Amino acid sequence: MSEPAIRFIDVTKKFGKQVVLDRVNVDFPTGMTTVIAGGSGQGKSVSLKLILGLMKPDSGRIMVDGQDISAMGRRELNRIRTEFGVLFQGAALLDSITVFENVALPLEERTSLSRQEIKERVEEMLARFDLTGHGDKYPAQLSGGMKKRVGLARALMLQPRIMLFDEPTTGLDPKISMEIYRLFFETQKKYGFTSIIVSHDIPKVFNLADQVILLNNGHMTTFASPEEIQHSADPEIISFVETTMGQIYVSKEMEKIS
Amino acid sequence: MFKYIEKLGDSALYALRDLGRMGVFLVQALAGIFSRPFRFMETVRQIREIGVNSFGVIAFTGGFTGMVLGLQGYYTLSKFGAKSALGSAVALSLIRELGPVLTALMVTGRAGSAMCAEIGIMRNSEQLDALECMAIDPFRFLITPKLLATLISVPILTLFFNLIGIAGGYLVGVGLLGVNPGAYASGIEQSVVNLDINLGIVKSFVFALLIVWICTGRGYFVHKIRGAGFGAEAVSRITTQAVVMASISVLLWDYLITAVML
Ligand SMILES: Nc1ncnc2c1ncn2[C@@H]1O[C@H](COP(=O)(O)OP(=O)(O)OP(=O)(O)O)[C@@H](O)[C@H]1O
Ligand SMILES: [Mg+2]
Repeated sequence: MSEPAIRFIDVTKKFGKQVVLDRVNVDFPTGMTTVIAGGSGQGKSVSLKLILGLMKPDSGRIMVDGQDISAMGRRELNRIRTEFGVLFQGAALLDSITVFENVALPLEERTSLSRQEIKERVEEMLARFDLTGHGDKYPAQLSGGMKKRVGLARALMLQPRIMLFDEPTTGLDPKISMEIYRLFFETQKKYGFTSIIVSHDIPKVFNLADQVILLNNGHMTTFASPEEIQHSADPEIISFVETTMGQIYVSKEMEKIS
Repeated sequence: MFKYIEKLGDSALYALRDLGRMGVFLVQALAGIFSRPFRFMETVRQIREIGVNSFGVIAFTGGFTGMVLGLQGYYTLSKFGAKSALGSAVALSLIRELGPVLTALMVTGRAGSAMCAEIGIMRNSEQLDALECMAIDPFRFLITPKLLATLISVPILTLFFNLIGIAGGYLVGVGLLGVNPGAYASGIEQSVVNLDINLGIVKSFVFALLIVWICTGRGYFVHKIRGAGFGAEAVSRITTQAVVMASISVLLWDYLITAVML
């Protein structure tokens, strides 16, 4: 198997006395979808920020394409970030420009497309996320779910090689979240992107994920299927799974997305 | 006792780190001028925001400063029977000192605080992080246009302040108090030399740099400033802090530049 796109080696992250990640070792394989699940405040968003180089680990290394991201200079970091498509948990839209301008931003700043081409592409992307006609609004005028969708549209604009999405479907109704999962699934099949998705949508995300990482008490455990979680011997994981996700046994009867 | 020393050392280290951060920030902001694509339209927009929209305030302050100078100058000079020197007194005070300093203070209050709050809020709501993750340099994108706009606007505003001020002095001195108009004008012509003009220009550029550096820098590092707190409160505190720091720096550098150049 090829080298994983992202690899955590002995990563520890603390805030003061609080240990968020405790010598974590995990792989995010190239071309696969990994879902990170775990209770609120366990460090899922922090893990994504570590991958993005926005935070630095207290010890250990985070390898992106075989390079340690916390040892990178500004220029290298910039280069590696051109490969990322990122959705923040709070969407993090630029709030003094319109929805259209937000989605157009990556194209305007990083490509030399003409104004007309940019307009076409943005309109197409907005339509994909059911945002046609909302291009002139400002982020403050959007609902929470709409902000998420604008954030997704912006993240996917340059067809990133590595997608990092923090709760892409939280706050969206089931129809749209299904639609978004389908979109991930399609683009993933088509381009073979590596994606890392933070989600609470278990067991639904198993239809999409090649592996699920459970984050609990500073430890990450990788599972290849829902059954594997159920057969886990770790009592902490069992109780965590039962309390946060209910009986996941039903997943087999769940309709497949594709 | 040891605890006290430890605290002192800690504060000193923090101050040093803070200064270092601000230094690197300035270098990056200046480097942004040379990185492409250059955001021309954004720079123009900032010139409108920082410069054009300040004209009203500057006209008002400049006008009244000149008028007060005319009034004060007249009574002081008439004691020595030197009323004809009024033009030169007004013009020199304005060009050397009051024009650059008061313009800088007005721009700090009007535009500096706005810059600081805007960037501080963007930092708090992860907008700066989002820019970085899109591989868009926040310096080139945000800071550099403000830097250039301030460097362009402040000297022009200073010139404008001086002109309005001299006119204000004329209005009071000649119009109200009956100083000879020819004497007012020739007084200016004879006393203002190149050094005065250069002094004013150097000052206004240095002040512009201080304002934009301190105000954007404080906003940019809102999350790293000790004792600033969090969220909305942090933004309000650092905005106040930035305005105070920028104003003090302007006065300090005013003295230094005057001492060195005169
Ligand atoms: N900048 C910070 N300073 C101090 N503590 C932080 C900081 N960022 C995150 N934390 C702490 O780290 C822990 C993990 O936070 P994180 O945002 O990663 O949670 P999460 O798993 O994403 O939760 P949720 O599902 O609610 O989004 C939390 O306890 C949080 O308080
Ligand atoms: Mg989170």
